[in-house]
Amino acid sequence: MSTPQMLSVRNLSIEFGGVHAVDDVSFDVQPGEVFAIIGPNGAGKSTIFNLISRFYEPTAGSIFYGEHDLLELPAHRIVRMGIGRTFQNIELFEQATVLQNLLVGRHRHMRSNPFREFLFLPGVKKDELVHRRKVEDVIDLLEIARYRDQRISDLPYGARKNVELARALCAEPTLLLLDEPASGLNTEETDDVSFWLEDIKHDLGVTIVMVEHDMNLVARVADRVLAINNGKVIAIGTPDEIRDNVEVQHAYLGAAA
Amino acid sequence: MQYLFKTRYEDDVRFLAKSGEKIRVGLVVLFMLAAPLMLQDYYLAELGLLLVYAIAGIGLMILTGFTGQVSFGHAAFLGIGAYSHSILMARAVPFSLSILITILIAGLVGMIIGRSASKMHGFYLAIATLAFAILIETVFGEWKSLTGGHAGLAVPALKVFGVTLAKVWQQYYVDLVMAGIVIWGASNLFRAPTGRAFIAVRDSELSARSLGVNVEWVKIQAFGVSAAITALAGALLAHQLTFLAPDVFGVLESLKLLLMIVVGGLGSILGAVFGAIFVSVLPVAISFLKDVLPPSIGQKAGLEPLLFGTIIVLFIVFEPLGIYGRWLKLRFFFETFPYYRKASFVRQKSYLKTERMR
Repeated sequence: MSTPQMLSVRNLSIEFGGVHAVDDVSFDVQPGEVFAIIGPNGAGKSTIFNLISRFYEPTAGSIFYGEHDLLELPAHRIVRMGIGRTFQNIELFEQATVLQNLLVGRHRHMRSNPFREFLFLPGVKKDELVHRRKVEDVIDLLEIARYRDQRISDLPYGARKNVELARALCAEPTLLLLDEPASGLNTEETDDVSFWLEDIKHDLGVTIVMVEHDMNLVARVADRVLAINNGKVIAIGTPDEIRDNVEVQHAYLGAAA
Repeated sequence: MQYLFKTRYEDDVRFLAKSGEKIRVGLVVLFMLAAPLMLQDYYLAELGLLLVYAIAGIGLMILTGFTGQVSFGHAAFLGIGAYSHSILMARAVPFSLSILITILIAGLVGMIIGRSASKMHGFYLAIATLAFAILIETVFGEWKSLTGGHAGLAVPALKVFGVTLAKVWQQYYVDLVMAGIVIWGASNLFRAPTGRAFIAVRDSELSARSLGVNVEWVKIQAFGVSAAITALAGALLAHQLTFLAPDVFGVLESLKLLLMIVVGGLGSILGAVFGAIFVSVLPVAISFLKDVLPPSIGQKAGLEPLLFGTIIVLFIVFEPLGIYGRWLKLRFFFETFPYYRKASFVRQKSYLKTERMR
């Protein structure tokens, strides 16, 4: 533990009516790395994300972000610490335009005051333009300019996936939790995602934790991998180590393999 | 088809980007300003009432159409507005101050209701707001020293800055100015952070939360703003009614407001205005119809509710987006003529959502 830990999860557990969805899980994420969480369906990967996002209350354990105890914060304060996220089943604001979605992504940096906005005092417009400018940078990065004014409900799946990533980036997070960024995408789109993840890591300096099933993508972008099964950690290491790990192979393929 | 070339970020903040919109809005404003010259007092009063209902509709639209919190009791806020304004005016509080205090009271009550409602969803919220409305109606009936109880309360004459405005056209202009302010202000809200947070809470509380939106506080705000605007409508309505009784603000009135925004088109300011036109014009149209139809049908009791109900059912079945949705299609038809296709508006089914946590 020589390097400073960015995210530090200790002995994290949660039970849903006797089911140990996450059982005594500990791991650390270092600044600047891409950390992948893998495991079979129902292993508890998304549950870990929802615990970090404070949607669930853990039964035991601790989550520290730097020196901040995340368990002391309500869910809407998490992003203010610099932790952004996406969802496995895209959670966009369906009846709003792409631009509106991205501007909600900026909410963390916005002041809101209904009185001021009702009268649209000059300061409101000034702020809007500043945020609009920032949003455009993300639009450029993820190449979604042509969808800018479209409603989410009119967009194809792949585009929605990109918009959700863009929305998370608009918050300018330092840690990004990506829940299956490549699920449902074709090979070409998955390639795009891997390039973007590299860009996000190198150019924006964002640390990434991702849940992903596509092992090629994981091998390509992840620095370290955490494998879990039935809520328990079975291995932690580089992608190659994980691929060769016997327990991981058992978890995926059964003991006979 | 008109393409919009945006060259500055201001273009995204601006209202009325297309030249056609400017002309249309200009024509409507011109007509509204000139209406007293063209219309008889009866129709002018109806037009004033329409404006008041448009304000109330926008109030409810902000809560139900934009924030996704259904309210079956919005007539209560209409009533709070009407009663508190009348009571204040009767105690010689000037009009502008009385309106301000009324808005503040209603906003505060709205926020208190919002505080408890922020933990409820769907049916429970509907029942809670309904119960609130019944409660308020009872208070109006029983607090005799203040409201005059079921005997009613006479509304003081409309007097703005010391000038008594007794003529229909004078009252009409007061309504018009207020409606203008509310439409403008409400639209402002939705090109700014607060309004976007409302929409975010409506479409996905989960991701709103993960982006830093304090969902409970947003709901409290939405209830507050909605109640304040509806109470403003109530205050103006009091001057139209000239006499207040508790049963005016009963459950039926709440339903009328709700039907108004559903028929008008949920999720748009314009929808609330269309809804107000619908509920104001239909009774007039029906009374015309009564004269035309043979007496055996025309004079039957219950013709009006029947037609009202039928039209609402037809809207819900064939045009869930309401009159506003029709309007969008019509506009699209002319803008893209002759390329309009029915399929232009067919929406794909949204994806399965399994991660909802409620």
